[in-house]
Amino acid sequence: MRHSDNTPRGNSTMRLKALVRKEFLQIVRDPSSIAIAFLMPLFLLLLFGYGVSLDADHVPIAFVTEQPSADTRDFEASLLGSHYFAVIHAHSMTEAEQALREGTVNAVVRLRANFGERLRRPDGAPIQVIVNGVDANTARLTLGYLEGAWGNWLTRRADSNAKELNTPVRMEQRIWFNSELKSRNFLVPGLVAIIMTLIGALLTALVMAREWERGTLEALLVTPATMSEILLGKIVAYFILGTGGMLMTVGLAVWLFGVPMRGSFWLLWACASLFLLAALGMGLTISTLARNQFVAGQIAIVGTFLPAFLLSGFIFDIESMPAAVQAITHVVVARYFVSIVQTLFLAGDVWTVVLPNALALVLMATLFLGVTWRKSRKRLE
Amino acid sequence: MLSPALTRIIALIVKEFLALLKDPKSRSVLIGPPFIQLIVFGYAATFELKDIPYAVYNEDRGAISRTLEAEFAGAPTFRHVATLSSEAEMAPLIDSRKVLLVIHIGQRFSDRLLSGENTQVQAPLQVIIDGRNSNTAMVAMNYVRSIVDQFNRQWMQERGQPGMPAHLESRAWFNPNLESRWFFVPGIIGMLALITTILVTAMTVAREREQGTFDQLLVTPLRPAEILLGKTLPGFLIGMVQGTVILLIVTLWFKVPLLGSLPALYCGLALFLLSGVGVGLLISSLAVTQQQGLLGAFMFVVPAITLSGFATPIANMPPIVQAITRIDPLRYFMVILRKVFLEGAGFDVLAHQLWPMALIGTTALALASWLFRHRMY
Repeated sequence: MRHSDNTPRGNSTMRLKALVRKEFLQIVRDPSSIAIAFLMPLFLLLLFGYGVSLDADHVPIAFVTEQPSADTRDFEASLLGSHYFAVIHAHSMTEAEQALREGTVNAVVRLRANFGERLRRPDGAPIQVIVNGVDANTARLTLGYLEGAWGNWLTRRADSNAKELNTPVRMEQRIWFNSELKSRNFLVPGLVAIIMTLIGALLTALVMAREWERGTLEALLVTPATMSEILLGKIVAYFILGTGGMLMTVGLAVWLFGVPMRGSFWLLWACASLFLLAALGMGLTISTLARNQFVAGQIAIVGTFLPAFLLSGFIFDIESMPAAVQAITHVVVARYFVSIVQTLFLAGDVWTVVLPNALALVLMATLFLGVTWRKSRKRLE
Repeated sequence: MLSPALTRIIALIVKEFLALLKDPKSRSVLIGPPFIQLIVFGYAATFELKDIPYAVYNEDRGAISRTLEAEFAGAPTFRHVATLSSEAEMAPLIDSRKVLLVIHIGQRFSDRLLSGENTQVQAPLQVIIDGRNSNTAMVAMNYVRSIVDQFNRQWMQERGQPGMPAHLESRAWFNPNLESRWFFVPGIIGMLALITTILVTAMTVAREREQGTFDQLLVTPLRPAEILLGKTLPGFLIGMVQGTVILLIVTLWFKVPLLGSLPALYCGLALFLLSGVGVGLLISSLAVTQQQGLLGAFMFVVPAITLSGFATPIANMPPIVQAITRIDPLRYFMVILRKVFLEGAGFDVLAHQLWPMALIGTTALALASWLFRHRMY
């Protein structure tokens, strides 16, 4: 029997405090909740911070010169001087191709026997480059590095030799926000979103589904606490837990991984809180719909964790996806938050990015929390 | 006549399949998520850029700079968003991510180009790019560079100048158009097979433990080794079937070329599933509840995928992390998948990848059965 609303026993604040305390006791006493809340974020942060990198450095390349001369040595020096390459000498093209096939090198650079002579002819000397195209992204980057080394070498030659021409147009690049182009600087801020999705959605979905499964939710409902108070108790407890996870991740991002923090920390905190509310709302919605731990866990992974990973702009650029997939990304909550964290960390307080995305987070949070609240009421009364 | 042991094992396998397929929830877990992931991964996971939004800030009003502008406007990978008239307009556009890059042509661009004929004066072209996503920035920069190179070649040719003293002749083996989909999509076979096998094996024992039916199994004539076998084979068979279905989708729908030896690929899949089943059983021998089983599976699968070279190359990782990847069975299977699909490899090339998986599989299974014996009685 539920109590009637006009004769509450004790006041609402007191009941809420008791519920929050109960949630915390449950979290602390259940090793798997502790694992998701504290160990998993740490583990994921270290795993992704160290394990995921798109910076191809010291790319192994095989260098074949069929007839060494001053010119070939000059070109070789431009490769050796770059930290992008680890040059391995091959004695013949067969040897180099074998190394490429076995995967010990990513590319072969070959200067033919008449390289020095053809350099002085009007049509110029070819520099043959073969890359292993299986990993298309690394192959593209390698080609880009080689073109850069080739361009620098030409400019250097032209500077020291008045007879030779320079390229008419010289490209000068200025990279904003991440001048060394370290992939860690954009992956680690994105991790804040992934880890908060994990705490907010996966943990909450599992915990709430367990209460349904074990029937402890019904037990709670016969106490003077109302459904909204029970939900609020859960939200407050996991909100505090998620904030802890966020602070830990941001701290490690700045102090361990050395990611610059150019925007305001308080603005980040405010946006993170909005995102956390939306994630909690998703977790609660999933568990109210599934009411079974196994299914709730599956839906949470497929419906929140994987999209946060793939469809949020965390690794893959959203604008390059097909239009249908791009449309789907608009319902991925993490998308808005990833955009905010990447900007706040690397660019600063850019209101034109923060405001529209924050507004989307507010809408999502209201939507999911509203659905949970309605669903749980309807099903119980 | 079948030997009694075999009959018992078959009965157990049939029971496992019934338990998995009769329950609508577990059935949907086997079919729905892998399919969604395959489609989403296949289409979303790409490092190629298209429609790169850019703005032009042209201070030079000469005809030549317009030609260069037209080169960018005509390139299918670029999308013109704005033409700027002052430097101050640049920052807001890049900051708000409305453009990825700004092409800045300086005041004396045409003059310098024209006066540069037969001398060494170069006309600078400045490219300002948003580096927030470093990979996107690097790829976009390469696209810009190839347009500039094209322009340079044309300029020199039109003026009858001798070309550059040297030029690059690039070719890509195995994936001539450098499509990153060819790289990602075969890898999905390994990733999804791992997820399903581990989930199925890790959850079955945990479910029986939670529901108390595991004790009932123990009082049947089945020996521990037979129970173990009955629990491993369904996961293995499901992985095989799922792997085959995905393989068909990869070749027929995504049109990734399959050049190498199919027997070698299946041999790799079998050894890989063996290690997957081994790890799954290891998790289930330790997990008491389904939630622990699910978490254990998650804690293994996420690092296994991250460190396998599925999305980012192992060569980019620090040396210690690279050493850790050696105990990841998916790492070896990724190499096999890509080598067989794109490089046309057969058994001779793949031996180095096959034995580590066999070793990981047998070790995990031995450890799991030891743990089972010790926790059963």
